[in-house]
Amino acid sequence: MKRLLIGVPFVWLFVLFLVPFGIVLKISLSDIDLAIPPYTPTLEVSDGWAGVAAFFSALDLENYIFLTSDDLYWKAYLSSLQIASISTFLTLLVGFPIAYAMARAAEEWRPALLMLVILPFWTSFLIRVYAWIGILSTEGFLNQFLLWTGVISEPLTILNTNTAVYIGIVYTYLPFMILPIYATLEKMDASLLEAAEDLGCSRMQAFWLITLPLARPGVVAGCFLVFIPTLGEFVIPSLLGGSDTLMIGKVLWEEFFNNRDWPVASAVAIILLLILIIPIILFQRNQQINKEAQQ
Amino acid sequence: MKRLSAFNVVSLTLGFAFLYIPMLILVIYSFNESKLVTVWAGFSTKWYGELLQNDAMIDAAWVTMKVAFFSSTLATVLGTMAAYVLVRRGRFYGRTVFSGMIYAPLVMPEVITGLSLLLLFIAIGMDRGVLTIVLAHTTFSMCYVSVVVSSRLISFDDSLEEAALDLGASQFEAFRLVTLPIIAPAVISGWLLAFTLSLDDLVIASFAAGPSSTTLPIKIFSSVRLGVSPEINALSTIIIAIVTVGVLTASIVSKRQITRRLQEEAQAG
Repeated sequence: MKRLLIGVPFVWLFVLFLVPFGIVLKISLSDIDLAIPPYTPTLEVSDGWAGVAAFFSALDLENYIFLTSDDLYWKAYLSSLQIASISTFLTLLVGFPIAYAMARAAEEWRPALLMLVILPFWTSFLIRVYAWIGILSTEGFLNQFLLWTGVISEPLTILNTNTAVYIGIVYTYLPFMILPIYATLEKMDASLLEAAEDLGCSRMQAFWLITLPLARPGVVAGCFLVFIPTLGEFVIPSLLGGSDTLMIGKVLWEEFFNNRDWPVASAVAIILLLILIIPIILFQRNQQINKEAQQ
Repeated sequence: MKRLSAFNVVSLTLGFAFLYIPMLILVIYSFNESKLVTVWAGFSTKWYGELLQNDAMIDAAWVTMKVAFFSSTLATVLGTMAAYVLVRRGRFYGRTVFSGMIYAPLVMPEVITGLSLLLLFIAIGMDRGVLTIVLAHTTFSMCYVSVVVSSRLISFDDSLEEAALDLGASQFEAFRLVTLPIIAPAVISGWLLAFTLSLDDLVIASFAAGPSSTTLPIKIFSSVRLGVSPEINALSTIIIAIVTVGVLTASIVSKRQITRRLQEEAQAG
């Protein structure tokens, strides 16, 4: 019984999660070939050990060397890191005041406010990104509105620029930022603030000295929850970004589907994974520390 | 509780306006007469009519529902098993690898998950279609189910289960009669989460799908690349409406359950 319980999900994940990574790693060491499948070598078990030996000797790091020699790739990694960092910061700027106000709202209002934050998260991601195309385009609602109010006299070009990508990321990932910050702020003891004010702190000082440090675990968790998925984001840069928006998720997709260069696409994936390991480990540590602090 | 300060009221108002106005515009303009999506030309439901006659769209919707139903059901079974093993069964050989495999897909970029699964399907010579999408979706959504279910398992007292075992229940009976009813709300929300994740997924489905099995997100993505269309607005409105009704119903039902449980506990105590 116990064996079955462990065995079934274990085998499932082993075959459909771990083995595929082995294959990606292997193909990243292979060469592109005009064949089906479009890479070489393929393992010829029928040749016995000679086949296995020939297979391993044909693997090399050529694709990784290619990635470092071509500007496109390391620029794409750098620009993904940059876009992910900037948009995480922007999401924090937008999300924090909302989470703060929610935690300060009357208790009977909080479930409804929470619902309002969670609801968009359940709504299709693709549709939420799509909604911005109509708003940001040259004839879009934002330009119409700004022209009508007289703020601008010429329509702005926002769609197909990095600005549109930032807006898209902030919009779609906002709930991931609000929820952990709200969770920490809600648990905060309001009497701490009163005590600080009694002791002569101004409201601003009390915020900086008490609220912010106490909210830190939630802020850190929220930042990771936004940063990690945006690094490999594909949908937002390809729908809202322009041809000069370089993000590694998009490069991988194009390498695979448009250029059909599977070995290079696999190498791109492996490097992305290596870059992601650092923030993921930091995030795990942060969660662990929070858990211990709660106990 | 004090009244909210003006600053807090402003940030809530602006925040929710930011979250909801884009979707509101989408919904309003799905009833627009004109083909030009940004110019209002009067109320009409004609795009909904056109949508119903778009066979390719209907087929894709049907494929999507099938995939979502089967993958979320499979993911719920597997994810609940995994959660139960991780929370209740202490140490066993390979536990670290196991829990690593459960949490890794949650932070994995979709492009990598999709690519690796596609390469697997090709390596074993599996034809891509509905089955491969179901396998792919089950794999990543079972991890979400397992997270939701294990948080519920951690929070309830395992002495209840031990009591059932002491009183002569078999392990399976103890699970079915004691544990399962307690974790049922988490299992249901895990299923719902897996279902919506599957409905929504574009990237992994694009890798796992064959030419004959297009899902709705793939269809939407390819048509959206050509620009905004009122038909997609109509489709989005339908999806938004279904999700809203679903989420609100689920939250009302679970709220009722909690109140009832509290009442029962109050009576029993």
